[in-house]
Amino acid sequence: MKTYDIVIIGGGPAGLSAAVSAKKSGTDSILILERDKELGGILNQCIHNGFGLHTFKEELTGPEYAGRFIEQVQELQIEYKLHTMVMDISSDKVVTAMNSTDGLFEIRAGAVILAMGCRERSRGALNIPGYRPAGIFSAGTAQRLVNMEGYLPGRKVVILGSGDIGLIMARRMTLEGAQVQVVAELMPYSGGLKRNIVQCLDDYGIPLKLSHTVVEIRGKERVEGITLAQVDEKGRPVAGTEEEYECDTLLLSVGLIPENELSGGMGVELSRVTSGPVVNESLETNIEGVFACGNVLHVHDLVDFVSEEAAAAGRNAARYVQEAGSRKAQGTDKEAAGRTVEICAVDGVRYTVPSRINTERMEDIQTVRFRVGGVYKNCFVSVYLDEERILHRKRPVMAPGEMEEVKLKREELLRHPDLKAITVKVEEV
Amino acid sequence: MGKRELICIGCPMGCPVTVEMEGDEIVSVSGNTCPRGDAYARKEVTNPTRIVTSTVKVEGGLVEMISVKTKEDIPKDKIFDCVRALKGVTVKAPVHIGDVILADVAGTGVDVVATRNA
Repeated sequence: MKTYDIVIIGGGPAGLSAAVSAKKSGTDSILILERDKELGGILNQCIHNGFGLHTFKEELTGPEYAGRFIEQVQELQIEYKLHTMVMDISSDKVVTAMNSTDGLFEIRAGAVILAMGCRERSRGALNIPGYRPAGIFSAGTAQRLVNMEGYLPGRKVVILGSGDIGLIMARRMTLEGAQVQVVAELMPYSGGLKRNIVQCLDDYGIPLKLSHTVVEIRGKERVEGITLAQVDEKGRPVAGTEEEYECDTLLLSVGLIPENELSGGMGVELSRVTSGPVVNESLETNIEGVFACGNVLHVHDLVDFVSEEAAAAGRNAARYVQEAGSRKAQGTDKEAAGRTVEICAVDGVRYTVPSRINTERMEDIQTVRFRVGGVYKNCFVSVYLDEERILHRKRPVMAPGEMEEVKLKREELLRHPDLKAITVKVEEV
Repeated sequence: MGKRELICIGCPMGCPVTVEMEGDEIVSVSGNTCPRGDAYARKEVTNPTRIVTSTVKVEGGLVEMISVKTKEDIPKDKIFDCVRALKGVTVKAPVHIGDVILADVAGTGVDVVATRNA
């Protein structure tokens, strides 16, 4: 069986950044496994600009952003296999994969980095009644068809869900000659970034109907029309508010789900809030030496933060294999113990990543990312170490669609030797 | 005095920016958190521009289409002219990121360049 120090599952933005960072941290034996025909992942179909403002201080398109990392992977001579599907990972880190040249094969990994990304919620998850005609696409499928395959999926379009991909596709379909009639959003706020609402809807006069949903899809062979209705505060359609739209296409942009079948299969503990692995400060899961980063961990808004997070996972995985090597030399095989403190997400904070921190192993400045559960105006993000409030930052506006972060200083945590819990919450005052 | 409420698109923060106008003169810009917001707001009320991204067909490559963009932003009212000018454009592989696909698109003086290799 072939052996690599680090095997990375997925060659999208997370996998690429993790690989580059692990290599720069001194680990040479790295393999990336990617199921598509090229590296770059979903960035290759995100042809719009706005990527890389944080990472490269310039505005790039998705393929250009991916290209920067692919170049580094090639310059650093990191190995990768394309067209390769990972079938299984065992809890002792044997990766079973297959492709049409090597057949079915196994690789023993010193550390595994999970970077499989996420997938779109589909119509099946929404319970919209009606036939199942052609013409209903997830926004990402439509994006791939238009931008990579060169097909226009339809001419008269309604979009359900105001996630970023839906907004981006409203503009893209409009530019390609389709008539995008309306974007409907079940929630009273948009799930997408504000700048996408400005640049993709407002610029083209496409209306955004908040608190609306599709209650009927008409057409048997092909979509012929849909009915929108307003919903009440519990998301139930309000009788008498129905509006009919004639259309041949319905795009769904109704959320992303981290793709964790492999993680679950190997026994990685998953969070019920994020559907991603529960990780510590090193982005390490409950299985020692198995790390997670990017959208498989929790869905991000910005690829820049995926790259940053994945770079940390790559560094930590490299440190893990290097320390495992020296532990072996010393004849001990237990990881150095330290104090692990849970992070409690309460009062409007839905979750945090990481959800626990080992004060010995954390970096000097630890980024903790989270999402809030509703729209908050002129509120504060607070961090408590047990009873003591150490951070109280005013936020003019926070919404579930925009990821938030706080930074914890290691020296501050070390000043609390008996620390039991770190609490992150939203406060009115 | 006229007022225009904008959302800055300079970065993902999306600051709500208010521009106070006296006729065509900008009196004040407020609500922005960085100089980019000020610059965006001033430009947006006088000369709004956008980067346009699209795709063109490629022959002889690994992929059917390559993605392209205007190298710099172009006037907002030229977006559709730009997209129309790209209709029917086909390029031959190899193409590299940054290659000019269509020079001086729609009389804007801005080139359309490739954003992926093929």
